[in-house]
Amino acid sequence: MIEIKNLHATVDGKEILKGVDLTIRPGEVHAIMGPNGAGKSTMSYVLAGRDGYEVTEGSVTYYGKDLLAMEPEERAAEGVFLAFQYPVEIPGVGNTTFLKTAINAIRKHRGEKELDAMQFLKLIREKTKALGMNDEMLKRAVNVGFSGGEKKRNETLQMAVLEPKFAILDETDSGLDIDALKIVAEGVNALRSPDRSMLVITHYQRLLDYIVPDHVHVLAAGRIVKSGGKELALELEKNGYRDFGASEAA
Amino acid sequence: MAAQPETVEQVRAVTEQKYKYGFTTDIEADVAPKGLNEDIVRFISAKKEEPEWLLDWRLKAFRVWQTMEEPQWAAVSFPPIDYQDAHYYAAPKKKVGPKSLDEVDPELLKTYEKLGIPLREQEILAGVEGSEGKSPAIAVDAVFDSVSVATTFKAKLEEMGIIFCAISEAVQKHPELVKKYLGSVVPYTDNYYATLNCAVFTDGSFVYIPKGVRCPMELSTYFRINQANTGQFERTLIIADEGAYVSYLEGCTAPKRDENQLHAAVVELVAMDDATIKYSTVQNWYPGNEEGVGGIYNFVTKRGACRGRNSKISWTQVETGSAITWKYPSCILQGDNSVGEFYSVAITNNFQQADTGTKMIHIGKNTRSTIVSKGISAGKAQQTYRGLVKILPRAEGARNHTQCDSLLIGDKCGAHTVPYIESRNRSARIEHEATTAKISEDQLFYCRQRGISEEDAVSLIVNGFCKEVLKELPMEFAVEAQKLVGISLEGSVG
Repeated sequence: MIEIKNLHATVDGKEILKGVDLTIRPGEVHAIMGPNGAGKSTMSYVLAGRDGYEVTEGSVTYYGKDLLAMEPEERAAEGVFLAFQYPVEIPGVGNTTFLKTAINAIRKHRGEKELDAMQFLKLIREKTKALGMNDEMLKRAVNVGFSGGEKKRNETLQMAVLEPKFAILDETDSGLDIDALKIVAEGVNALRSPDRSMLVITHYQRLLDYIVPDHVHVLAAGRIVKSGGKELALELEKNGYRDFGASEAA
Repeated sequence: MAAQPETVEQVRAVTEQKYKYGFTTDIEADVAPKGLNEDIVRFISAKKEEPEWLLDWRLKAFRVWQTMEEPQWAAVSFPPIDYQDAHYYAAPKKKVGPKSLDEVDPELLKTYEKLGIPLREQEILAGVEGSEGKSPAIAVDAVFDSVSVATTFKAKLEEMGIIFCAISEAVQKHPELVKKYLGSVVPYTDNYYATLNCAVFTDGSFVYIPKGVRCPMELSTYFRINQANTGQFERTLIIADEGAYVSYLEGCTAPKRDENQLHAAVVELVAMDDATIKYSTVQNWYPGNEEGVGGIYNFVTKRGACRGRNSKISWTQVETGSAITWKYPSCILQGDNSVGEFYSVAITNNFQQADTGTKMIHIGKNTRSTIVSKGISAGKAQQTYRGLVKILPRAEGARNHTQCDSLLIGDKCGAHTVPYIESRNRSARIEHEATTAKISEDQLFYCRQRGISEEDAVSLIVNGFCKEVLKELPMEFAVEAQKLVGISLEGSVG
C-alpha cells in the first residue's frame, strides 16, 4: 500500500505540490488528471526521487517503508517504476544491455541471484512475445532513433521485465497517435495484476478509455481537489478544468 | 538530502581505493646517482654491458638532446621539469637479468601478483588447461623500474622462431636485428622526449616474428614504476617479417607519489610485406590525486612503419591514467595497399590533461587509414585530440576516415579537437567527423529509475560511448578495460 500524506514539494524554490493526500492499495489503478502546470509531472518525479524536486513537508509510506528516504535506484529496486513522458536516449548502449544491467541491479538489491545471459534472453523473449513486440527493437541503442510509439512501447517492455509493484505512467499518451495509443494501452492492461498498483497521469481523458482506472483524481494548483470513479474523467472531458480554478493556458 | 556520516565514510573509502595499484614495493634497488650527463649515459650502457655501437648511438642522441627544446605546441601545462633531479637508472638490486623465475626476488613476484599479472608459467598453463583452451595463453614480459625481470613462455615461442625478450637481452643475443631496426622508425633526432629516451633507455621488450609465422598467443609487457624519483624510459621494438602476425599488449601502473614522475617511452613497429601488427595499450599510470598533486608525465613516442605491401598496423589504446599524456601513436604507410588504424579511448578526470591523437602518413598507393577517437573528460580535466592525416603525391587512391567523439561529464572540463589534413594527391579521399556530447542529468536519472546506481550508470553510458574502440581490444582485456573505464570516472558525478 502506498500512502501519500500532506505532500509538499518545491522546484527551484517554488512550491508546486501544496499538500497532496492519496492512498493506493495493491491492484488499484488511479488516474491523476489536471491542467498543465498543476504539478502532475512534479508528483511523478517526487515519487521517483529525482534531484531538484525537494520535499518540504509530508510523507510517503510505501509498504511500510519511508519512500522519501530512499535513493532513486533503491526505490526502483523496491518496485517503483516510472514510465517517462519523454524516454531518454542513451547512444551506444544496447537495449538488451540496459535491461540486463537494470534487472540484475534490482535482483542484487533484493538478494536474488543475477540472471546469466541465457536466463535473461529467455525472460526477454517471453516478455516481448507476451506484449506482441518483435525483438528487433532490442538490438538498437536505448531509445535512439525510436519513434514516439516505439519509445512508449519500450517503456512498457521495461515495465514488463522489471515487474514493479507500483508503476507511475507519466503522460503515456503524449506524442502518440490513436493506433500507437491502443497498442501501448494493451501492453499496460496486460500488466495489470492484483498485486500491482498503477498511477496514470494524464491531461486527456482519451487514455482512460483504454486504461480504465478504479479511481480518478483531479490535481489542480498542487492539491487534489476532487476524487471520484472513472465517470469523473468523462465529466472533465466535457467541462474542462475551468471549474477548478486553473486557466487552460497555463 | 544532507550527507549522512556513513555516506561520507563510504565516499572516503571509495576514493581511497580508487587507484588500487598505488602501493610501493620494498626492494633494495641499484640506483644511479641523480642527474643527467654523458657519464650517466655511459653508466647505463656499462650496466647493460652494451656493445660500442650502441653506446655511440646513445651519446649521439644525448648530444642532440642537449641542443633541443621541449615541445610547446601541446595543449598541456606543467611546471618546468628539472632533468637533473631524477635518477635515470634503477634496478632491483639482487640480480640484473635473472635466468629463471626462481631467481627473481620474491617481493617482486608478490608485486606482480598484486597487479594481477600471471608471471608463473605453471599458473598460466594450469589456467589454460582448466578453461579447455578457451582463453588463449599470454606471454608476459615484466619491466620493473628499469629492468625486465622475467619473460614467460619463452621456450615455447623459441620453437617457432619467435623472439620475445627484454631489449637488453636482444642487444646481447641478436645484435644484428637490433642494430638493423633500432631507431629506424623513430630516429635519435626525432623529438625531445624520444631523443632523451635514445640516450637513457634502460629496458623494454623486443619481439621478432619470422617470415610466415602467426604468433599463437598474445604477447604482453607490463610496466611498473616503483622507485621514487626515477624516470622510466623503456624502448620497445617489434618486427613482423613477411606474412607474420602478432598481437601485443602493454599495461602500465605506478605507485602513488606526490612528486611527478616522467615516463618517456619509445615504441617502434616494423611490418614487412603482408605482415600485421596489432598493438594494444591499457595505460593506467597513477593520475595524481583529486587535487592534481602527483602522477605520471606520460610523454611517449609510438610509431609504426608499414614497410611492406599489404602490411597492416593497428593501434588500440585505452588511456585512463597519468597526470599528463602526450602521445600520438602513428603509422607510416609506405608499402602499397598498407593499412593503418588508430582506435583510442582517453579518459581524463580531476586535473588530468591529455593531448593525444595520431599521425597517418600515406606514402604508398591505395593506402588506407582509419581513426576512431573517443575522448571522455570529467572533473576539471582538459583533453585534446590532435591528429594529422598526410597524403603524399605518390599515394594514389589513398583513403582516410576519421571520427572524433568527445563526451563531457560536468561543466568544468574541456574537450578540444585539432585535426590537421594535408593532401598532395587529388585522388585521395579524406573524411572527418566529429561530435561532442554530454552525459545529461536526464540520462542518469533514467538509469537510476531503472535500478542502476549512479556510478554504474556513468560506466554504462561511457562504455556505450566507447564501444567501437573497446571491441578492438583482445577479448581477455576488453572486460578489464570496461571495468577500468568505470573506476576512472568514480566520483565524477554528484
